[in-house]
Amino acid sequence: MAGIDIEGLATVYPNGVRAVDGLDLHVADGEFFALLGPSGCGKTTLLRTIAGLEAATEGTVRIDSADVTRLEPGKRGVAMVFQDYALFPHMNVSENITYPLKVRRVAPATRSGVATRTAGELSLQGLLERKPAQLSGGQQQRVALARAIASEGKVLLLDEPLSNLDARLRLEARTFLKKLQRDLGITTVFVTHDQAEALALADRIAVMDSGKLRQLGSPREVFARPSNTFVANFIGSTPMNLLPGKVTSESDISVVSVPGGSLPAATVSVPADAEVTVGIRPEYLTVASGDISGPALRGGVVVAENLGTQSLVTVDCDGTLVGVTVPEEAEPSPGSAVVLTAPATRVLLYDRESGELLARQPAPVA
Amino acid sequence: MTSASAPVRGRTPARDVAGLGVGRAFGFVAPAFLLIGAFLIFPALWTIYIGITNYRLTGVEAVSPSIVGLSNYTKALNDALFHNALWLTMVFVLGSAIIGQNVLGFTLAWIMRRTRPAVRRTVEAFVLLAWILPSTVVAYLWVAFFDRDGGTLNGLLGTQGTAWLIDYPMACLVVFNTWRGTAFSMMLYSSALQAVPPSQLESARMVGASGWQTLRDVVFPHIRGHVLTNTLLISLWTANDFSPFLLTKGGPNHESETVPVYIYNVALQGGELGYSSAISFLLLIANLLVSLVYLRLLRRRS
Amino acid sequence: MRPDFVVRRIGFYVLICAITLFFAVPMLWIASAPFDASPGLGVHWPDWTLENFRKTLEHPYAMHSMVNSLLICVTTAVAVTAFAALASYALSRVRIPGRDALLYGLLLLSSVVTGTAAMVPIFVMMFQLGLIDSRFGVALVMTGGLLPAAIFILKDFVDAVPKSYEESARVFGASTGQILRDVVLPVARPGLATIMVWAFVNSWGNFLVPFLLIRSIEKQPGAVLMQTLTDEGGSVNLQVLPVFSLLFSIPVVVLYLLVNSRYGFRFHGGIKS
Repeated sequence: MAGIDIEGLATVYPNGVRAVDGLDLHVADGEFFALLGPSGCGKTTLLRTIAGLEAATEGTVRIDSADVTRLEPGKRGVAMVFQDYALFPHMNVSENITYPLKVRRVAPATRSGVATRTAGELSLQGLLERKPAQLSGGQQQRVALARAIASEGKVLLLDEPLSNLDARLRLEARTFLKKLQRDLGITTVFVTHDQAEALALADRIAVMDSGKLRQLGSPREVFARPSNTFVANFIGSTPMNLLPGKVTSESDISVVSVPGGSLPAATVSVPADAEVTVGIRPEYLTVASGDISGPALRGGVVVAENLGTQSLVTVDCDGTLVGVTVPEEAEPSPGSAVVLTAPATRVLLYDRESGELLARQPAPVA
Repeated sequence: MTSASAPVRGRTPARDVAGLGVGRAFGFVAPAFLLIGAFLIFPALWTIYIGITNYRLTGVEAVSPSIVGLSNYTKALNDALFHNALWLTMVFVLGSAIIGQNVLGFTLAWIMRRTRPAVRRTVEAFVLLAWILPSTVVAYLWVAFFDRDGGTLNGLLGTQGTAWLIDYPMACLVVFNTWRGTAFSMMLYSSALQAVPPSQLESARMVGASGWQTLRDVVFPHIRGHVLTNTLLISLWTANDFSPFLLTKGGPNHESETVPVYIYNVALQGGELGYSSAISFLLLIANLLVSLVYLRLLRRRS
Repeated sequence: MRPDFVVRRIGFYVLICAITLFFAVPMLWIASAPFDASPGLGVHWPDWTLENFRKTLEHPYAMHSMVNSLLICVTTAVAVTAFAALASYALSRVRIPGRDALLYGLLLLSSVVTGTAAMVPIFVMMFQLGLIDSRFGVALVMTGGLLPAAIFILKDFVDAVPKSYEESARVFGASTGQILRDVVLPVARPGLATIMVWAFVNSWGNFLVPFLLIRSIEKQPGAVLMQTLTDEGGSVNLQVLPVFSLLFSIPVVVLYLLVNSRYGFRFHGGIKS
């Protein structure tokens, strides 16, 4: 049962920067957990503090219920794969994989057995005698993973595991990584700045900014209901539309007026006349056909960008640009007037000042 | 259970990558710095002290030197031989480093860019060999080359009987040091020239610039920093070079006695340790000034 | 072909030939005189013989001075490499208080305090320590003089080694000793080899320090013995000197070629300062 418990954790650098700033986090046993955020948000520092490579200034880190805050990295039962893989250039693959065992003075015979078995699990057979420089990027990554697995840590830490691979390999490696984690069932924390990677791999995601946690949730939650405008901006390959709005009618379904018209919002607690920021994902907007009686946005198409099976259409609604994704066959021609609608459950209201999601909105119907 | 956000107490893991810790790091640094302190810093500082005494190699003052204040320095001000040494050092630096090595080194780097690899490797091999051979060997090669009776130079020029090292000692030293040190300038300029974007050289050729115009308008602005670095470094090395001693011992009649040779002759031939220390200190100050100028310029560039 | 082009090509090759001759001619002597039955100071086609080599091997001090040189330079090279390696590693990886000032000071020191500027106090100091006429004393002084530059070059090298190597070994539970032995040392080996060769070559050619500190001829290293033989003159020495020059140059050239071919020439202000 190797969960990770983090309480009140802060890591302050000698220059006074609070890279991790009072964080509470629980990673469950066997969970695949992502630390996501822009560069400089403290996610790598958090990972390195869990590993013990950075010293915690305040708070505690527990692994498998044991307080490891003051332990040396090697005594915490963690295994780590570095962004550059950190394969020792003078050792061959077999020696690299079994270096953690050599450190513990495991007999050479046992070591070579582990090397063969682990290499088999990661399809590295036949490469055991090669030096790291003779391997491809994907192979190097698997050797680094094999070495981490061979060290038999209770927790696996991955720093930007896919960033050193080229785009084509990255998808392949992503699938491989997810399957490997499922098969091993090892508690895994990984750091990434790529929201698509986090959404694809993780069971749960912690979105970080300036050393603080901004949202914690499953990929579905984080994507569909960002709890503040920072997360809303950060998640999604096409950014969420954030429009200035004003609540006009308050009931089970509020109506918010926004540039170009109005939108329905399934919220109960926002008083009429409140100034809000309205968030709606381009994927949840639809181009309506025929007459629309309810709340809707009206505008002219500025430009349409082909995304493959879909198109991202930019609509000018009273001077504010709104993005909407449509199926490629339904792409409106530039200059044409369109009407946009959205289901009330997908329209999110944020406090204009703090940017926080206005609470007690019912969960969207899946 | 510790309360949240309580400061972490007790020994935390070392912050550095190998878990060395500051204590052991000091232990790692200590032996090197003890040696540097004992054999470099201490002598440099001690020069100041010896320089204000009348310490001698032999005699009464060798046993009990007394402090004579700044009289060694006032002596240097009026010492015609010291002035001579300063002048010769300037000639030596200007002739062999600033002009000789710089110009020849750059010329080699420039013309070797487009020669065939075989030719380039051959020429570079000789230039480098002149640089890596031990200084006593090199000095002896040139003593033989300049020799009055059987020397190669006299054989080539048909001037048997000309004692080059006695008749023209400074000219010989300038030629010798140019020969000896050009390799450094050549390599530095070669790597500097590689950093000049070929597209700019081609643009210059497209608009019909002559070779000289290309050098002045395209190449030089790129390597200005390198010229400065190179000139300061080779000047510093040349001013402190002791190999003139190996060729002429400062002679004849002090005609090639540069400052380092003068210091040696005053200290170990004349036995005046106090006075020679005062001159050493002046040389140290001169070195320091040149180095500070260099570091200042380096910082401004980076 | 246009005539001005031809003239320029010819001029170009004349220039190259002139420069090559300037560098080559003084060296011809060391290639011919050792094998000449009647060696002189001028260059001429040798009257082939190996007699000079026999004379040199029989010379009472020649081969002995080579051993002295070897003794001094190996001691210096090993000491410089070991101490510079320890210091540069700690300076590169640990935030020692005052590190930047220390490095800046080192950089200044290495170019300011030269052998010639410090020869008097070094002589006086070694004199009072009773280390005059000691080969060990010579090695100590050379080590102190070469260390600042060596630390600088090596620190550059260590700075370029990714820290993740050590961090990853540390996460796997390796002790500091194991990290240094299993990871740092093998990764830094090319840098260490370069520094060792650099220190060896520098001390091999150093004339001033042993010239100041060594008095007796049987302790003189090769660099000083050559000067002694030159000053003595005489026909015996004229037979010995060319051979000795040749033999004395070989280690330096071989080491240079070795480093050049194995690691490529790195422009750390040159392998020789």
